[in-house]
Amino acid sequence: MKLLVPVKRVIDYNVKVRVKSDNTGVETSNVKMSMNPFDEIAVEEAVRMREAGSADEIIAVSLGVQQCQETIRTALAMGADRGVHVKTDQELQPLAVAKLLKALVEKESPDLVILGKQAIDDDSNQTGQMLAALLDWPQGTFASGIELSDGKAKVIREVDGGLETIEINTPAVISTDLRLNEPRYASLPNIMKAKKKPIDEMSPEDLGVDIGPRLTTLKVEEPPKREAGVMVESVAELVDKLKNEAKVI
Amino acid sequence: MVNFMALDPETLQQLLDTVRRFVRERLVPLEAQVSEEDEVPGEIIEEMRELGLFGLSIPEEYGGLGLSMFEEVLTVQELGWTSPAFRSVFGTNVGIGSQGIVIDGTPEQKTYWLPKLASGETIASFALTEPEAGSDAGSLRTSARRDGDNYVLNGTKRYITNAPHAGIFTLMARTNPDEPGARGVSAFIVERDTPGLSVGKHDRKMGQQGAHTADVVLEDCVVPAGNIIGGTAGQGFKTAMKVLDRGRLHMGAISVGIAERLIDECVRYASERQQFGKPIGEFQLVQAMLADSRTEAYAARTMVADAATRFDAGENIATEAACCKYYATEMVGRVADRAVQIFGGAGYMAEYPIERFYRDVRLLRIYEGTSQIQQIVIARNMMRDAAQN
Repeated sequence: MKLLVPVKRVIDYNVKVRVKSDNTGVETSNVKMSMNPFDEIAVEEAVRMREAGSADEIIAVSLGVQQCQETIRTALAMGADRGVHVKTDQELQPLAVAKLLKALVEKESPDLVILGKQAIDDDSNQTGQMLAALLDWPQGTFASGIELSDGKAKVIREVDGGLETIEINTPAVISTDLRLNEPRYASLPNIMKAKKKPIDEMSPEDLGVDIGPRLTTLKVEEPPKREAGVMVESVAELVDKLKNEAKVI
Repeated sequence: MVNFMALDPETLQQLLDTVRRFVRERLVPLEAQVSEEDEVPGEIIEEMRELGLFGLSIPEEYGGLGLSMFEEVLTVQELGWTSPAFRSVFGTNVGIGSQGIVIDGTPEQKTYWLPKLASGETIASFALTEPEAGSDAGSLRTSARRDGDNYVLNGTKRYITNAPHAGIFTLMARTNPDEPGARGVSAFIVERDTPGLSVGKHDRKMGQQGAHTADVVLEDCVVPAGNIIGGTAGQGFKTAMKVLDRGRLHMGAISVGIAERLIDECVRYASERQQFGKPIGEFQLVQAMLADSRTEAYAARTMVADAATRFDAGENIATEAACCKYYATEMVGRVADRAVQIFGGAGYMAEYPIERFYRDVRLLRIYEGTSQIQQIVIARNMMRDAAQN
């Protein structure tokens, strides 16, 4: 079984993100970047599937600037077998990503695409679903458990108010949620060996995909600053404020 | 021996990022527990094995990473961000325990032992110090009497790091009783389960709880002559000195790492702690302490990087290595002392990590050559070089 794992290069989750002074986006120069944590979970799951014998090849894919290769290297160090880098300096929106991935799926014919449910930079939570729609494949989103059997995948989904278990046919698209697994640290010897694993490089044009944006970003702003609290004199006053000012009870 | 930089910049960065993440996510949260329980949890040791930390300095052909000295010090600086007790778990396999075999071992010794040391399957300790032979290591008394194809070892080794966990000891013993100085000493590989070898109980220490030291007692301990590192008797002290050169840079690097951690703690505390209506970091007397710590840590980082780069280029850096060990370990002592001062009462309390680091770093100025021995090495080398020119 062949697995395709898309991995996105995002601002590291430990970095305090700053908005650019002209409000066109966030500051990314001289900022530490790393793999989207949800994608890390996807890579881990893929590696576990291979370790369990249910998968035999893992292809890590990243789309975007040259440095995306570092993100692919991380996936290779964690255990992916080879990488594909679709190189472009243009901004990629979820639909463009889904189209590029569709083209790659047609090229590589994997049995499963496993990817993070969303990226921590734009929080779109769209790519997996769009990809499934474009491919007309079944999808299991927000997976916190995956069980593979012949031609099928049982997916436990984290939904509002509990867990939903579904069974879908493969090939399929599965998006990973936080509790699916705890990703490993790539071992230091594997980091060194990853350098020797191949990464194919191509352009969106090579795949015949139009990546033109469909959305325009008008403005990016910091969240409003938290205002200072007020001290209340009594429980009665607190209840009154919650009821009439905050309107939460 | 010339080592050129083995890794390209991206791979090195990824390696350092991984170590940094492991240290901050896995080790830092356990510092207080390890100090309290005097034990690094088994699963953490297993994770260190999986990560490859035991093999940092062992050549790739023997299953290690084969890092250059420059790469090793960068890695060790990352590891310095947490309690030095964690580093101790694999520190002797990276440094003094394994390097004798790496540098001077016979091909058979390397092939047999290095893969086990690189994977962490076997822990290696370095046994030089004795009750009567500390800084004056050349005067060691442990005897190795030739008996056919074997040597019979007798003596006591003291304060041996990782002795309770060691599978093998790189152990210095006197093979030539007529030669009282360093030339009569040989380095042996002694296996833990050799009859006649016993390890004493853990020493109780000022700091670095979780790292264990103990006495190693040898009573008619029979070791094959083939276990002499390199196969030739009388070379042991030379081997020990080569090992310690590299170890001095390692110690310099760990000092830099700890200093940077302490400075980070200090800056955060100085930004948050308010007195006289403003953060204490806005007072110039506190600022002076912060600036001194930062400056000295930077100086030490630069020294260690320079000496490591020159080591990799094949230069003799005996003097520079001593300078690094001397300056960096004294530096982190001052930084830790200022940290206690900046934290004030909180710096004296066990609830904050500062007092623990203050105790932990005290050892750095003592082991692997005291500051005074480093001063002597530096000055003697200076005088010798002057005489030769």
